[in-house]
Amino acid sequence: MTADILIQVLVSGLLIGLIYALVAVGLTLIFGVMDIVNFAHGEFLMLGMYASFWAFVLFAIDPIVALPMTALLLFAVGVIVYQTVIRRILKAPMLSQIFATFGLMILLRGLAQFFWKPDHRLIPHSLVSGNIALGPVQFGLPQFVAALGAIGVTGALWVFLHRTRLGTALEATAIDREAATLMGIDGQKMFALAWGIGAACAGLAGGLIATFFPIFPEVGANFILIAFVVVVLGGFGSITGAFLAGIIVGLIEVLGGFLVGPEYKTAIVLSLLLIVLLVRPRGLLGKA
Amino acid sequence: MTTMTQTRKAAAAAGLLALAALLPLAVTEPSQQNFLILILMGAQLGVAWNIVGGYAGQVSLGHAVFYGIGAYASTMLLLTLGLSPWIGAPVGGLVAVLFALAMGWPCFRLKGHYFAMATIAVAEIVQVLVTNSDLLEGAVGLTLPMDRGGLGWLIFLSKLPYYYVALGLLVLTVLASWAIERSHIGYYFRAIKDEPEAARALGVSLTRYKLIALSVSAFLTALGGSFYAQKEMFIDPGSVLATSVSIKIALIAILGGVGRLLGPVLGAVILITIEEYSRTLFGSTGSGTDMIIYATMIILVAVFSPSGVLGLLGDLRRHLPGGGRTAAEPGKMEARP
Repeated sequence: MTADILIQVLVSGLLIGLIYALVAVGLTLIFGVMDIVNFAHGEFLMLGMYASFWAFVLFAIDPIVALPMTALLLFAVGVIVYQTVIRRILKAPMLSQIFATFGLMILLRGLAQFFWKPDHRLIPHSLVSGNIALGPVQFGLPQFVAALGAIGVTGALWVFLHRTRLGTALEATAIDREAATLMGIDGQKMFALAWGIGAACAGLAGGLIATFFPIFPEVGANFILIAFVVVVLGGFGSITGAFLAGIIVGLIEVLGGFLVGPEYKTAIVLSLLLIVLLVRPRGLLGKA
Repeated sequence: MTTMTQTRKAAAAAGLLALAALLPLAVTEPSQQNFLILILMGAQLGVAWNIVGGYAGQVSLGHAVFYGIGAYASTMLLLTLGLSPWIGAPVGGLVAVLFALAMGWPCFRLKGHYFAMATIAVAEIVQVLVTNSDLLEGAVGLTLPMDRGGLGWLIFLSKLPYYYVALGLLVLTVLASWAIERSHIGYYFRAIKDEPEAARALGVSLTRYKLIALSVSAFLTALGGSFYAQKEMFIDPGSVLATSVSIKIALIAILGGVGRLLGPVLGAVILITIEEYSRTLFGSTGSGTDMIIYATMIILVAVFSPSGVLGLLGDLRRHLPGGGRTAAEPGKMEARP
């Protein structure tokens, strides 16, 4: 009986952890390439959710089917944000960098509230709905599909970064910006690419969870803090680290909520952030 | 700096203070007086934040924790022991200092965004703990007793007395900040911010001075929290401990001009005005227009003028004919990475 509950808890932790990993992967990519922490990352996820919502409401396209479109749209948003704001603060003091992305966060939330109202919205019946039962363990099909999607996207990103010319150039920029520039890699182009891909990852995460998570302008706030924890635990800039850390954070959150009480979930995860920052600031797989 | 500019500055300060003291004579509408009080409160918090975030360059995005400590400490002392906020507020300030020391000791090993993130985490954790605390009435919040009033209890029926208390608190905070700016501590703060390695090499203990900056800032922020509780007569975790409160405090300073004595005052005037007027102009609070306007301002300031609106005004003045006095421009320092 208790074992069943424990397995149930671990499975749901794993499923949500994979989503956290996908959100954090984009954040860590941006940080790895250019040392800027994107406080507006949760808002990219929020935009991905709304893109799915409107595709569903206006064109009757299911969020899962709309994923490629969501990714493209958010890629464009990421590049536009880079070109209009981030490009100008690359050499600015850290305070300006923090507040530029902070301002973006508030701006995107404000725009969402202005155009789409602060209401909580749900996508009523998506292609994926209902539950799967594996023996005593039950979980939602939407959560399962979202987790699979997260694995797929993170995997694809890894392959892109390690097996393609463009991806390797991006990795090279992350490792040593100046050396990469000397090798003829266009740094500006790489930065824009990182923002595009980072935003697209968050957008995809949004599209994947839109099938089961309420959609509202401030939904990003729920994810950005957790994404920070994941990025710090995984090691700033490490994709593989973020993937592992996402799963760990998902498990700790759900287990902690189960053992201590769900109202303490956030506090437990944030305590983990503090512990990692103080004990091992470079995280699991980060550069020393 | 010449005695001439000193005298001029002192005269300007006295003029500004007199103006602020006489302002309620012209503004008699209670809702408008309330608006002025909000500006004074915002300015006080911004000036307090500026001590650690501006002078010492340690960006805290968790100042709500000190604000909340102040609000909860004075309110709890009033509710349980019947102590006046004149005692409760300084006690809250001291609790905030202890908390700042406990939090700063480990967190100041972190630099830049890592420190900022740690402060968010600490404040969020405290918010969760208070929300689930039976002693502090959790999410329900605390209501101050209605059965007493007057200066001794800092509870008034009209807005005017609150205005003068808020003004007094702002003056106190500005004086503290001014004293720090002029003292050797202020020099150490700026050295920590601009040249941490050089400061360390000269034997300045970075952690010690960062802790001093955070403690002073925490004490003053807690006083602001106690004042909020007295004015609103009600506090809950959402109103005094939320991350949005921390963000607003930092924004006020950033918007006006970080590391400048009166930058945050200007920031508060701008931010609170936008907030209040977009609310009345565009109707409901939920429309998001206030967020859009001030987010746009923050981005513009971050991108074009890292030293805030005050820095921007300084730049303009220098470019005007005859305005070429460039001696001792504090804005220069802030613009460095």
